[in-house]
Amino acid sequence: MFDALSERLERISGSLRSRGRLSESDVDEALGEVRSALLEADVELGVVRAFLDAVRERLSGEALSQSLSPGQQVIKAVHEQLVEVLGSSALKVTYAPKPPTVILLAGLQGAGKTTAAAKLAMWFKQQGRQAYLVGADLQRPAALEQLRVLGAQIGVDVFSESSNPVKVAKKGVAEATRLGRDVVIIDTAGRLAIDDALMREVRAISDATSPHYTFLVIDAVTGQDAVHTAKSFHETLALSGMIITKLDYDARGGAVLSARGVVGRPVVFASTGERLADFDLFHPDRMASRILGMGDVMSLIEQAEQTMDPDVVAQSAGRMMSGTFTLDDFMAQLNQVRKMGSLGGIMKMMPGVTKEMRSAASNVDEGQLNKIEAIVNSMTKRERREPVIIDGSRRTRIAKGSGTSVSAVNQLLKQFGEMRKMMRQMGGAQPSMPGPMGKMASLAARAQAQRAESVPPGFESLAAGMSAGATSRVAGGSKNKKKKGGRVTPPKQR
Amino acid sequence: MIVLIIVAVLVVLAGVIVVVRRRSRRVAAPRVRAAMPEVLVRDVKARPDLGDVATLERRLGSSRSVFERVRALSGVGALSEDQLAIVEEVLLRSDVGVATTNEVLGELREHGAPDGVAQALRNSLLASLGADRSVSVRASAGRVPVWLFVGVNGVGKTTSIGKLAQRLVNEGKSVTLAAGDTFRAAAAEQLEQWATRTGADIVRASEGADPGSVVHDALGRARARGSDIVLADTAGRRSNSTNLLDELAKIRRVADREPGEVVETFMVLDATTGQNALNQAREFLAAAAVTGIVLTKLDGTARGGIVIAIERELAIPVKFVGIGEGVDDLIVFDPQHFVDSLLDA
Repeated sequence: MFDALSERLERISGSLRSRGRLSESDVDEALGEVRSALLEADVELGVVRAFLDAVRERLSGEALSQSLSPGQQVIKAVHEQLVEVLGSSALKVTYAPKPPTVILLAGLQGAGKTTAAAKLAMWFKQQGRQAYLVGADLQRPAALEQLRVLGAQIGVDVFSESSNPVKVAKKGVAEATRLGRDVVIIDTAGRLAIDDALMREVRAISDATSPHYTFLVIDAVTGQDAVHTAKSFHETLALSGMIITKLDYDARGGAVLSARGVVGRPVVFASTGERLADFDLFHPDRMASRILGMGDVMSLIEQAEQTMDPDVVAQSAGRMMSGTFTLDDFMAQLNQVRKMGSLGGIMKMMPGVTKEMRSAASNVDEGQLNKIEAIVNSMTKRERREPVIIDGSRRTRIAKGSGTSVSAVNQLLKQFGEMRKMMRQMGGAQPSMPGPMGKMASLAARAQAQRAESVPPGFESLAAGMSAGATSRVAGGSKNKKKKGGRVTPPKQR
Repeated sequence: MIVLIIVAVLVVLAGVIVVVRRRSRRVAAPRVRAAMPEVLVRDVKARPDLGDVATLERRLGSSRSVFERVRALSGVGALSEDQLAIVEEVLLRSDVGVATTNEVLGELREHGAPDGVAQALRNSLLASLGADRSVSVRASAGRVPVWLFVGVNGVGKTTSIGKLAQRLVNEGKSVTLAAGDTFRAAAAEQLEQWATRTGADIVRASEGADPGSVVHDALGRARARGSDIVLADTAGRRSNSTNLLDELAKIRRVADREPGEVVETFMVLDATTGQNALNQAREFLAAAAVTGIVLTKLDGTARGGIVIAIERELAIPVKFVGIGEGVDDLIVFDPQHFVDSLLDA
């Protein structure tokens, strides 16, 4: 529907190339695009305005960079500003000197509080802490039951009783103290920010338990209303931070920025899937890329990790680099990729993929892939290992066996040959990976480098080099850009 | 060629992941209990300590006044750029979305405002909400009508089913509920409480059971007991997962097979949802042939303007709206009323 912001900026920036400095009107035009992108990402209008002012300030008078196109320069400024806004005053969770550390969760109905409570408890458990859950949602039918079931799944005790939420919370904390638990998490009922009675109730819970941390649980798909919600809860409870849920949806999650802009408290945790383990500390840089629609490499990698068999992938990737890639490997790879879902969907998550490739990918249907599979399956083992031996009569046999035509077999063999040649170049002594592959590799490495907290010596410089190369292309560059930063040492060589 | 390139790209990506991962795993220090994140035991502050509220007030204050301003716009004839800017702000703040907002602005530019700006905007929005909103409760002879409920997590599917069951029971119908959400912990218990409250019959299975078989059993039971209608719950699912959408399509096929017939597929949508709602509607329409939207949680401050974009682009009409927690707070959607509240702060 909408092109990624980076692509749009790239397009309008063509005319700016020759000038030495970003002019006022260039910036206006670019920021117009940024505005649309932020609104499409559900960032609240007032927050968008404040944000654009900050970016304008960043850009004003800045000399045009040598290595970046003006569009990329704008993107860079926007990205940096996003990371700054999302990541500043990050909250690190620490434990109260006198346990238990009390954590209160609040939010609208359906934001995912109960699930978040269980996931948080599990996170603390993984940190080696003893968690305790208190179910103070006595409103929604079976909410308590849900918490009990989840608690049992993760092996964390759940406290509740059918009195009133304030009493339950208070007793729950007392019980946790008695049991000597490290952390107690209080789940509360969902409530509307304009419901005075319920807001007073949650305040009473807060007063009764004096939580060390109060988190607003907020849904990543929330629209413009996020600010009203965040503001009301902040005014009632003085939030310490936020937990964002449902980040696995394809929403851009601008609500995070809205809420952040309004309450000035950081997002601490993010929930990224249905499984209880899909929960971790929040990454501002990923969020920034997401809001800008720059693809979501990390999510792609995560999806790949979940669905692909690492051994199969590693094996054939190794052979690929060494140029001994066979049709069997190709089939194995194809099956792995197919497990991840439609090619079109995967391409959507990739940054820097051209529109042509994206549309080509979305036009590839299952039938075509099935046909390829049939052709390869109709070959003998030896043919798959050494496609060179496939002569005319073998071709006819394969075509018959797979129910396709000789020309389809020819086409596949030709394409496979080209692919192999390409890969050999890639894995060869000259480690230049032109085009999208180099880009992918460097982006993946960069993302990985950002994620890994400790990297082995030597790897750092590699990662730094990659990220330098990658940032210049993050904006999804024009063809000529790629070459400049595109020389990337494949990690294999380390 | 393109196919192979794509595959190659993915392969490279995957390879890199694996290699890099392995390496980082090797060096990652084992997590120890003591290695807790740095401290910040924030002092427990007296709760409202909201130093920065003043600036927020100013920012949010503009939201309220802009709605007042659009009603105060008295211009007749062509709209000025200032007036259009105010209209734009109202639409954007209601989650209508950039594309639809621009379309509406284009229409306003073209047609002008012979009866004042507010009226012109009203007309334009009402024209977007012109779809047929009738609700079907009748299946072909010998089949049991089914209402299927789909949606992402936490939008209020189960609650909406409870409320609609009450509505149907009030109309004198006998209702069977199918607890097809076998994924979320205690979802079936939640629906069961609604069954008790409304006097509806319920068919449920244990957690993790096949939702299709629950629906199938409910149909058999409904036919045996002569129920007038089956309301089938499904687990909340994100709309960008092929597997989850396939599963939904399968549930729908089961529900639509003898003795059942799906007469309505409702996508339940939370009014606080932003632009992602359009993607949700698109995907659920493709996977489960959605026939209507139940817009929930309209009693908060959210305006739910995204349904205008959904109806314009995908022609899926809103049929019911949830306006409160009470069992009777799910009412038939009224476009006029909705547009008025959209323009009313």
